[in-house]
Amino acid sequence: MEIPQALADHIDEVISHYPVSKRSATLPLLHLLQEHFGYISEEAITWVATKLELEPINVLELVTFYPMLRQHPVGKHHIRVCRTLSCALGGGYALLDTFCKHANIEKPDGQHHAHLLKSADGKYSVEFVECLASCGTAPVCMINDDFYEAVSEDSVPELLKKYQ
Amino acid sequence: MPAIVRTPHPRERRIVFKNVDREGWTTDIDCYLKDGGYEELKKALKMQPLEIVNEVKASGVRGRGGAGFPTGAKWGFIRPGETKPIYLICNADEAEPGTFKDRYIIHQDPHQLLEGMIISCYAVNARLAYIYIRGEFPLGAKIVEQAIKEAKEHGFIGKNILGTGFDLEIYVHRGAGAYICGEETGLIESIEGKRPYPRIKPPYFPAALGLYMSPTIVNNVETLCDVKHIIKMGGAEYAKIGRPNNTGTRILCVSGDVQKPGYYELEVGGVTLGELIYDICGGIRPGHKLKAVIPGGSSAKVLRADERYKIKTKQPDGTTVEEEIGIDDIRMDFDSLATVGSMAGSGGVIVMDDSRDMVWALNNINQFYGHESCGQCTPCREGSLWMQKITTRLLDGGGADDDADMLKSVADRIAGRTICAFGEACAWPTQSFVAKFRDEFLAYASKNGNTSSKPENKHQG
Repeated sequence: MEIPQALADHIDEVISHYPVSKRSATLPLLHLLQEHFGYISEEAITWVATKLELEPINVLELVTFYPMLRQHPVGKHHIRVCRTLSCALGGGYALLDTFCKHANIEKPDGQHHAHLLKSADGKYSVEFVECLASCGTAPVCMINDDFYEAVSEDSVPELLKKYQ
Repeated sequence: MPAIVRTPHPRERRIVFKNVDREGWTTDIDCYLKDGGYEELKKALKMQPLEIVNEVKASGVRGRGGAGFPTGAKWGFIRPGETKPIYLICNADEAEPGTFKDRYIIHQDPHQLLEGMIISCYAVNARLAYIYIRGEFPLGAKIVEQAIKEAKEHGFIGKNILGTGFDLEIYVHRGAGAYICGEETGLIESIEGKRPYPRIKPPYFPAALGLYMSPTIVNNVETLCDVKHIIKMGGAEYAKIGRPNNTGTRILCVSGDVQKPGYYELEVGGVTLGELIYDICGGIRPGHKLKAVIPGGSSAKVLRADERYKIKTKQPDGTTVEEEIGIDDIRMDFDSLATVGSMAGSGGVIVMDDSRDMVWALNNINQFYGHESCGQCTPCREGSLWMQKITTRLLDGGGADDDADMLKSVADRIAGRTICAFGEACAWPTQSFVAKFRDEFLAYASKNGNTSSKPENKHQG
């Protein structure tokens, strides 16, 4: 696992934000490694543990707890559709289906809570997430780190064109 | 800028949201300074910390995150002459379904938050503070980090702030998609780098044993912004806004089946639920009637449109009068919503019209809580999933006549039996939906012809 110098410097800077306990930097470090590598490998877990003088289990237990941390790569572009009540009232479920259709993602029938789904070519992945805190402009979604609100089903093909 | 921008409604009183959607407004510190930014910080730094705590106590402001606990009283728990370091955490983990207010402060007015936070840190003598921002706000985290950098360059954060000898560092700490991190002791565990399992209280009240087992104050984004305005106008003056014991303004977030969903900053108790829905939010979608309202985030007990409540109101001469009111007449404040058996919670108002299926709606909420239970306490971990399974099977055609009772029985066995308030948060929707819309649950069950959810026990006896 190669950590470029800029990232290593950033990591050291982040650790300095926690003068009382280095362990506090576990989650921020996992964010940084996931941003860089796309997911958190076993090697990354060991690396963080060594860096922060922890046991690997202290790191792994966070990776398995937090929904945003993942141990496998997602699609090149990752779509998160809000599933929760206000967005569901505003068409969130239909929006997820529309994303699946236009991103060539096969969605198994009868699943209320779709887990992470990926297109065969690996270009897109989609998942339901819980309340994104923009209930007044339902339905909402995120594509990678970009946030979109009041997303109509008709706008999906155009939206996906931005993410090639 | 949000996709739908509305000019503030005439009944709004924009204090905290003054700069939200404001023409020409940017997150840049120069923009904030030109508008009189950081003047309250300068004023506060000339005051004694205890004076600030007393102003906040006098303001009567209650926490805007959900529990509505008086902020001044919370701060007052820090013992005078405390020898351990004191920490302050801004809870920016906005995640209660139906709530969308902190998002706009974070993304559009980060310096207001920082100013309120620096004043608050000075008041409670905190020298290290964190902003716990939910993982799903990656842009928000960048904006706040940039704002911190700018504030440092201007000497508002760092060593010897404005020459007063007060030192303070503020850092952003990002969450990673777990709702439980909004619970203050779960949040503290999360910052400590552990799984965010809430701590049991007592003894782990944050003000006594918080972050790193030191006294810690955890306040919501909106509450910390309120502090700036309390310093500006004085606690007594601030207390004149709103109603007794329900002071100040609040941002109410309205979503669902109204014509103009959105955020509205109103004097606390300044409007009734009916005025909010019909006058401010333009009423229900055409051709439909109001059916149900969840008034304070998805954990709050649902209100049915035709409910009547007998409430006691205090008259100016001290006598109490009992009157009967409908849901349109409920004042949108902490005490009134508690009187009718629900709560003001986080200010998230979810409106549903007569086209909505209440079993479906509860199932959606149950899936949320089933997903978000941290798993530490058995009643919640198991119970939230069972409630989800039961509402799912009702929808899928596998329910039974006694499912309504079964749901209630499961919910009753969670509430009050868990380490943190998530137990109540996940039980209250089920308890209230089943009690108030029982017919809909029974109608689903009777479609299936199953009379009992219990398997026949052939080995009995």
